[in-house]
Amino acid sequence: MSVLVYAENADGKFKKSVFEAVSYARAIADQNNTTLTAISIGNVAADELSALGQYGAHKILNVSTDKLKNFINQAYASVIAKASEAEQADVVVISNTFSGRGLAPRVAVKLGAGIADGAVSLPDTGNGKFLIKKTAFSGKAFATVELTSANKVIALIPNSYKVIENATGAKPEDFTVETNESDFKALLKEIVKSTDKVSLPDAEIVVSAGRGLKGPENWGMIEELADLLGAATACSKPVSDAGWRPHSEHVGQTGIAVSPNLYIAIGISGAIQHLAGISSSKVIVVINKDPEAPFYKVADYGIVGDAFEIVPKLIEAVKTYKASA
Amino acid sequence: MNILVCISNVPDTTTKVTFNANNTQFNTAGVQFIINPYDEIALARAIELTDGGKGAVTVIHVGEAANEPTIRKALAIGATDAVRVNAPAHDAYFVAVQIAEYVKQHPFDLILTGRESIDYNGSKVAAMLGELLDIPSVSIIKKLDVDGANGTVEREIEGGKEVLTIPLPFVAGTAEGVAEPKIPNMRGIMSARTKPLTVVEPVEVKASSEIISYETPAPRGQVKLIPADDVAKLVDLLHNEAKVI
Ligand SMILES: Cc1cc2nc3c(=O)[nH]c(=O)nc-3n(C[C@H](O)[C@H](O)[C@H](O)COP(=O)(O)OP(=O)(O)OC[C@H]3O[C@@H](n4cnc5c(N)ncnc54)[C@H](O)[C@@H]3O)c2cc1C
Ligand SMILES: Cc1cc2nc3c(=O)[nH]c(=O)nc-3n(C[C@H](O)[C@H](O)[C@H](O)COP(=O)(O)OP(=O)(O)OC[C@H]3O[C@@H](n4cnc5c(N)ncnc54)[C@H](O)[C@@H]3O)c2cc1C
Repeated sequence: MSVLVYAENADGKFKKSVFEAVSYARAIADQNNTTLTAISIGNVAADELSALGQYGAHKILNVSTDKLKNFINQAYASVIAKASEAEQADVVVISNTFSGRGLAPRVAVKLGAGIADGAVSLPDTGNGKFLIKKTAFSGKAFATVELTSANKVIALIPNSYKVIENATGAKPEDFTVETNESDFKALLKEIVKSTDKVSLPDAEIVVSAGRGLKGPENWGMIEELADLLGAATACSKPVSDAGWRPHSEHVGQTGIAVSPNLYIAIGISGAIQHLAGISSSKVIVVINKDPEAPFYKVADYGIVGDAFEIVPKLIEAVKTYKASA
Repeated sequence: MNILVCISNVPDTTTKVTFNANNTQFNTAGVQFIINPYDEIALARAIELTDGGKGAVTVIHVGEAANEPTIRKALAIGATDAVRVNAPAHDAYFVAVQIAEYVKQHPFDLILTGRESIDYNGSKVAAMLGELLDIPSVSIIKKLDVDGANGTVEREIEGGKEVLTIPLPFVAGTAEGVAEPKIPNMRGIMSARTKPLTVVEPVEVKASSEIISYETPAPRGQVKLIPADDVAKLVDLLHNEAKVI
């Protein structure tokens, strides 16, 4: 037995969520007195691959063929399932990213594995059980799921487990697999990057604004604050519905669920559907002119006042802080 | 073109979530159930794609008879007919196997799901169906077009999107952008009562996951209010106290 973790790359680089998944998978391997194998698929350079050993992978498998250069979930799932068999892995860890969601369930079906999606904690393996806490009801609750199958797949939510340095000195080795033609029916036509901005699901800081901002022309200060903090921008549903901001920024129960270290909500009332998507943020700051706004009930810090006065002041204060730091 | 839309029956988004029986059951008392919002998007797009006699839309739901109002609502919105697999949805794998079995006997050109259910948030059924049927699947799409034997989808990725062309049949999980949900009109509501709703019995599935208990997030402490004329204080607290910047 062993643990296998899939290291998803973005343009040949690993994001922090990958190192979180590797650290998490290593902790599971330690729980079970076994070893951790990491697998990368696509074009990733050797030194980047070696970084997986920095976070505890005992073995690093590299699958780098032209055919598998771009992510196709069906084909990648086959490769991961084959690696899992070759490594006799009984636990497979995959990040719960956009791509991970298309991948993990397919791997689970191939391996006859139970799957814990949206995992936020290490498994509790007391009493011979395998219990995992996952998000449920779109952030309004957590559920503890028992996986009863011999093989298990875990899809870990980014930003829910810390990165732990644990160098093994492992070096990447090539892993060759036969691919099935029928796995390549979907053809990738084009990849469109929106901007070089921080992407919302990966962000450690999120600056979010709502209808209180009155119109799309007022987002300049939101973007400026976000840039200063290295944050992603987000918005409430009515804002994206009105076309003030793209749908990809809409957070909440029917949008993206985020769990950044810091969520700054500006001119957002705090409707239950909005709160659902942001409740696992570590620290919440609310700026709203209405002291009775429901958002204050879940906030850690708040400033009651007009966003058009406070946000420019906040920008200045952050600049001052950064200049002194 | 025949499209299958998978629909899940979920608590209304305004529901305050609480639990019963020592936190082992979701408390449904007073809860209003609706079609999963993402499934409404899938249904709306399926209706658009088959509009004007270009095909039919079947909705399928795995669940008990008590969920039939949600299925009727889908019929009122414009689905042609409906299927209910008569079993509680044990877990996503159970649901996917039931739907896959139905599809094996009644092939479809396109199978749509929502990107995720808003209750159990698995984002699993679409990819599981793809695997069980050995066809392509895309789990989170924001655009869907069909041209002859091929579909074109835009798939969400962190910080952008991918455009893929996929030969039919395939499975896709729809998100915002694919279509605007449709509101049933009076004629739809009247005709929904007489549209066919077939009940089929489930196949047996060995369970691989079990929900043991639930909990709600730990309540946060009292909010610390900072005076509007001392914004620098907030930055100081975020740095020194919360340690997040
Ligand atoms: C099925 C369904 C699903 C939904 N899903 C989501 C979801 O996923 N995400 C989501 O966000 N919403 C969702 N909603 C909508 C939700 O119910 C609320 O309507 C929405 O969140 C409100 O957005 P808002 O806070 O931006 O606007 P409002 O509720 O209009 O609030 C604006 C706030 O700005 C404040 N304000 C006004 N002017 C200023 C100023 N100058 N300075 C400071 N503050 C100011 C006001 O005091 C107010 O609190 C959903 C609704 C439904 C029915
Ligand atoms: C009383 C009760 C007990 C439950 N106990 C467990 C449990 O012990 N373990 C567990 O893992 N889950 C449990 N569930 C969760 C339930 O089985 C999920 O709804 C189901 O697993 C679907 O998974 P998901 O919500 O993760 O789907 P997702 O993959 O998030 O759903 C994506 C899409 O799949 C389709 N879909 C989802 N559900 C259905 C459905 N029932 N019929 C047709 N299409 C559907 C919809 O298009 C949906 O948008 C329980 C649910 C209930 C009501």
